[in-house]
Amino acid sequence: MHTPILSLSEVSFSYFTETEQTPAVSHLNLSILPGEFAAIVGPSGCGKTSVLSLIMGLLRPQAGTITFADPNLRIGYMLQRDHLLEWRTVEKNVLLGLEVQHRKTERTRANALRLLDAYGLGAFKAYYPQQLSGGMRQKVALIRTLALEPDLLLLDEPFSALDYQTRLQLSDEVYRIIREQKKTAILVTHDISEAVSMADRVLVFSKRPSHVKTVIETGFSAALSPLERRHVPEFLPLYDRVWKEIDR
Amino acid sequence: MNREYALYLKRQKRARIGIQIARIGVLIAFFGLWELGAVFGWFDPFILSSPSRVWATIARLYASHELWMHIGTTLFETVLGFLLGTALGAALAVVLWWLPAVNRVLDPYLVVLNALPKIALGPVLIVWIGAGMESIVVMGVLVSLVVTTVTVLNGFLTTTDEKQLLMKTLGATKLQIFWKVVLPAGLKDLIAALKISVGMSWVGVIVGEYLVSKAGLGYLIVYGGQVFKLDLVMASVVILCVLAALMYEAVALLEKGLTRKKA
Repeated sequence: MHTPILSLSEVSFSYFTETEQTPAVSHLNLSILPGEFAAIVGPSGCGKTSVLSLIMGLLRPQAGTITFADPNLRIGYMLQRDHLLEWRTVEKNVLLGLEVQHRKTERTRANALRLLDAYGLGAFKAYYPQQLSGGMRQKVALIRTLALEPDLLLLDEPFSALDYQTRLQLSDEVYRIIREQKKTAILVTHDISEAVSMADRVLVFSKRPSHVKTVIETGFSAALSPLERRHVPEFLPLYDRVWKEIDR
Repeated sequence: MNREYALYLKRQKRARIGIQIARIGVLIAFFGLWELGAVFGWFDPFILSSPSRVWATIARLYASHELWMHIGTTLFETVLGFLLGTALGAALAVVLWWLPAVNRVLDPYLVVLNALPKIALGPVLIVWIGAGMESIVVMGVLVSLVVTTVTVLNGFLTTTDEKQLLMKTLGATKLQIFWKVVLPAGLKDLIAALKISVGMSWVGVIVGEYLVSKAGLGYLIVYGGQVFKLDLVMASVVILCVLAALMYEAVALLEKGLTRKKA
């Protein structure tokens, strides 16, 4: 078997406020294999987002360790909202990360523009974010993340701000993009069908303070798109299994 | 273009012209009634003056080469006070955004300073700095500085934590967050601060001139009031109106230049 590109071992983290401390994750163990698509589901407020922040390095674990196979692993983070800068064009928004990291070269710029072209946004390069629909904006946000050429993608409920139609369509597209780019991805979502239809493995989190309660392999063929997976007979039983595992 | 749209455009244009005409009409009516009132003795022109007397006063000031000297003095003090006040105020806002702890410490003081009528400090300034132009400029600076700081800082703080989080996920430093997100997002408030500050600098400088000056429009107003030359007072006020409007327009032009590219 492959060695994991990322392992969390006995990781604990609590949030502190002046009135209380809230344990978010406790003795969390998980590993992510190269090239896999993992989804994290769990009851709301169970610290799913905290896990991504810990992996990204925005939060530091108070106990336990986070190990990367390659210490220079590039991580891309996609938030729930697109947070495109309204005064920058689509092109400039996509190049923001490269600018910030001083990596804007002819090659990386060309790559970012190629991504825009490849995913149907080439014609909108000179547009401003307010001229785009919610789905398009979210796609621009994804390309902004991909432009950094990350090895690992962290997706924090990236579709939850969208209407249902757009959501299905965009999850199909994002899945295709991530597969084509051969990225490893961790998707955090509260939507069980989204998790089951997109992921190779679904990690069910317990309620707070959370740890991994169950891991469910979906076992779909990678050739099937998330939308197609929703129509195969194995889908519903998987959905039910995840549903039953989630604490309420 | 279809007929309805052409009609719509025509109506819009007509409304615009109507408003322009009405605006000029108000001005003409104001000066007209003022003049007529003086001519027909509705009031004592010695107390309220009249447009023709104002005009004669300005012409006399011009003939004696005093006009440009007074305008120049006041304008210089105001522009200097405005530039220093907004520059220092904006710089202070940057520092307070950068150092949240300092901001928290200074916040109550800023509130008090903002509420305090800065012109109350006039006599103190004269004692400290001297009865000269320096005191007047410092007054102009003081009056515009605090309001600039408060407005600009508020603009900076509108940038949400989430946007800053995004920048952090992209690997941005604090300077980059400021430069690429906080400053552009606060640009609108920066311009608003400039517009408020323009008016404030005039207040500071005119009050400063009331207290100490030997030249300038504020000096003419005080002097005119003391010797009961109301023509001189009114003439200075009219000139002030024109200058203040011109300076505000200059800032509005700057705003257009700064915001055009994102329209």
